[in-house]
Amino acid sequence: MGKSTIIPFGPQHPVLPEPLHLDLVVEDETVIDCIPQIGFVHRGLEKLVETRDYNQFIYVAERICGICAMGHSLGYAETVESLMGVEVPRRAEYLRVIWHELSRIHSHLLWLGLAADAFGFESMFMHCWRLRERVLDIFEKTTGGRVILSVVRVGGVNRDIDDAMLREIVNVLDGIKDDYTKIMNTLLTDTSVKNRTVGVGFISKEAALDLSMVGPFSRASDVPYDVRSFGRGAYGELSDFQPVTDAQGDCFARVKVRCLEVLQSIEIIKELAAKVPAGDISVAVKGAPAEGAQASNVLEQPRGECYYYARGNGTKYLERMRMRTPTSQNLAGMATALKGCDLADVNMIVLTIDPCISCTER
Amino acid sequence: MAYASKSPWVIHYDGSSCNGCDIEVLATLCPGFDGERFGVINTGNPKHADIFLVTGSVNAQNIDVVREIYDQMVEPKVVVACGICACSGGIFHDCYNVIGGVDKAIPVDVYAPGCAVRPEAIIDAIVQGIGVLEEKAAAMKSAKKGA
Repeated sequence: MGKSTIIPFGPQHPVLPEPLHLDLVVEDETVIDCIPQIGFVHRGLEKLVETRDYNQFIYVAERICGICAMGHSLGYAETVESLMGVEVPRRAEYLRVIWHELSRIHSHLLWLGLAADAFGFESMFMHCWRLRERVLDIFEKTTGGRVILSVVRVGGVNRDIDDAMLREIVNVLDGIKDDYTKIMNTLLTDTSVKNRTVGVGFISKEAALDLSMVGPFSRASDVPYDVRSFGRGAYGELSDFQPVTDAQGDCFARVKVRCLEVLQSIEIIKELAAKVPAGDISVAVKGAPAEGAQASNVLEQPRGECYYYARGNGTKYLERMRMRTPTSQNLAGMATALKGCDLADVNMIVLTIDPCISCTER
Repeated sequence: MAYASKSPWVIHYDGSSCNGCDIEVLATLCPGFDGERFGVINTGNPKHADIFLVTGSVNAQNIDVVREIYDQMVEPKVVVACGICACSGGIFHDCYNVIGGVDKAIPVDVYAPGCAVRPEAIIDAIVQGIGVLEEKAAAMKSAKKGA
């Protein structure tokens, strides 16, 4: 039994673009405990519902996190719509899902790049981000923004995608798919990648369920839980949807699940783009949520299930807005995976949960 | 500024940004916008860096971290506030846990506004920052000669 030492990890660390601080208790080269410390990004967004009405708050909601911006504005809008009993036009539901799946592709490509950078594969980082730029170009053409889209509103969407643009999206995605398949095959077959990831940070299926892990992190431990399979909104129109899972439960499985989810999202967008119904893109929303009305909602973000809760008080301002984000669910799993790992594997394990600190701390 | 006498290295720190500006800072250094053509390289070590790219506003928890990184950087150094939150607090200016822009913690040389800041704006700010860096280096040199 060696002497234990505490090594601080972060908040400023090259592997993460975000501030996360971990106190790693190490004995020799083995991590025996990990104490996360958060709060560097806390702004107090939930309090802002008191000073922004429910239409204005959507712009705050999408700035909870710049990577999941589309998901948060969608989740918030759906919650307020069910609070007020608003029926969203079918075309708007389709367009929302198309943008949401595009943002999943951009988020996963971003993550694959960062993960490749974490094990020293810097050219792969550049390649993933090069492909991601093409998704951002679609965002820019259809919404005007690259990361913050401001396209969802309570009652529908702000902008339409015409048929020519829908065809162009499918063409661009076909082009991305060829390049992406090459990158994915490299990641999944390369020996140096396997050496760094296979067997690292193992989480069993039982532990994943005990720790309430969500998203690709839990699906890599063979938990087939994906909110998209509930079939709400346009997801219900898909001919087939099976969550991507893997039984290995290690870092390699998490890379693999996210790799395959990109292909799955491309297929979803192609299928939905072919059958977008005609019609309006938004309905006018009038009035205010009734006093005491409550609504909750779940949504599959790129990082996993996100839960939203809202309560009205009879005015245009919500009484309470609460969300539980995927990363806060996954932090316990990360701390478990870190126990007993090698010090050199810490950054790989931290990255494979795809931590989104600004979602978590808000 | 006619030419830059050195290739400036940058360090990036996320104050309390929403990630939107952080991924744009990284995208700037990637092939799509190729910030590296100005000799810029991203480093994780404050002691190696010349330009400090801060995204997001400062709050009670991270103000010390921002100051610590700034203090560890060697003179001459330039601070670029990337995004409207780093400039003034932006959409979060009236949140209870937001003190304000980065200039509440450390002196800022170049402001790059935008929500999220566009990569073109970051490149502009970095190039402007290189100019400030040259001026600061020249001022240090002449002060040394005078002494």
